[in-house]
Amino acid sequence: MTDTSINTQSRSAETDAQFSDYFALLKPRVMTLVVFTAFVGLLAAPTPLHPFVGFCAILFIAIGGGASGALNMWWDADIDAVMKRTQRRPIPAGKVTGDEAFAIGIALSAFSVVFLGLATNWVAAGLLAFTIFFYVVIYTMWLKRWTPQNIVIGGAAGAFPPMIGWAAATGGVSVESVLMFCLTFMWTPPHFWALALFMRKDYDNADVPMLTVTHGRRATRNHILAYTVLLAILAVAAGFTSIGGPVYIATSLVLNAMFLRGAIRIWRRDEDISEDDNFLAERKFFKLSLLYLFAHFGAILIEAGLDRFGVWA
Amino acid sequence: MSLSKQHELHERRFGRNVGVGLVLVGLIAIVFGLTVVKVTRGDYETPATQSVSQ
Repeated sequence: MTDTSINTQSRSAETDAQFSDYFALLKPRVMTLVVFTAFVGLLAAPTPLHPFVGFCAILFIAIGGGASGALNMWWDADIDAVMKRTQRRPIPAGKVTGDEAFAIGIALSAFSVVFLGLATNWVAAGLLAFTIFFYVVIYTMWLKRWTPQNIVIGGAAGAFPPMIGWAAATGGVSVESVLMFCLTFMWTPPHFWALALFMRKDYDNADVPMLTVTHGRRATRNHILAYTVLLAILAVAAGFTSIGGPVYIATSLVLNAMFLRGAIRIWRRDEDISEDDNFLAERKFFKLSLLYLFAHFGAILIEAGLDRFGVWA
Repeated sequence: MSLSKQHELHERRFGRNVGVGLVLVGLIAIVFGLTVVKVTRGDYETPATQSVSQ
């Protein structure tokens, strides 16, 4: 005879995953950046898209980004369990198993790419598929544990969404969408290195070759300043291209002045000064970096809107 | 009064089941909406019917 009984008591109520735990696999906070930049890319494009198709395109891009987050959590479960910042994620917390995260990640990746292709076009779908591949295989599986340049090269994965949004509307890639890519790409290193400075012990314990661990904290401060200078040049210069305009240039000038000031402050400090005020300047710089990116893309969105309504014409 | 006693597992997974249900409803709405938009805008055209000559 066959025993068909199912053990339904294998997990306690405390460790049983709720819907929110599965949703947390998709890294909702990262998703807000993906959604917003993809939205700007889509609206800044010269070809208008039907509002419902546009909504679906953003949704599928967000799901694709979330799927790569789930696959990242599946692969990095060992690192997440060690780092204080990530210990409460669903897998290290014991709410979701690695296999479940993997299955959800793969299923949502396939779903998002196919549906984006059907809803818009296959250039956008191909870019989304490449983004998922880049984030999961190139960044998570390869670069992250291998080189201190992990953040620099891996930043490309987070920079693709505006290009995908643009491609969803136009069916192609152009100078404007590449500029939006470059903006996020150059912004990522100072953003993450500032985080690494004040979350210092986390990366040491997890044995992740962050710049702070491999080259020291002084070198990280130097790198933050160097990348911030390059970013400022690129960000302001983009204002004189077709995605820019007076609103963008004004926003960019103010924010880059603030960002540069923050980077110089970090560069001037040493560990003792930072320890004394619990990395106040580094924390402020990290918060400012979030505002920096949202404001730049917000300005691109405003410029696109003004352009569409013929204000600058 | 229900005919059978609710299993503890159903109570424990109520939130998850509701979530999955809402996701499925959302999926149906998206597929339906996309179909309506695509068809009404003429993105998809049915193949022309060919008359069979005797």
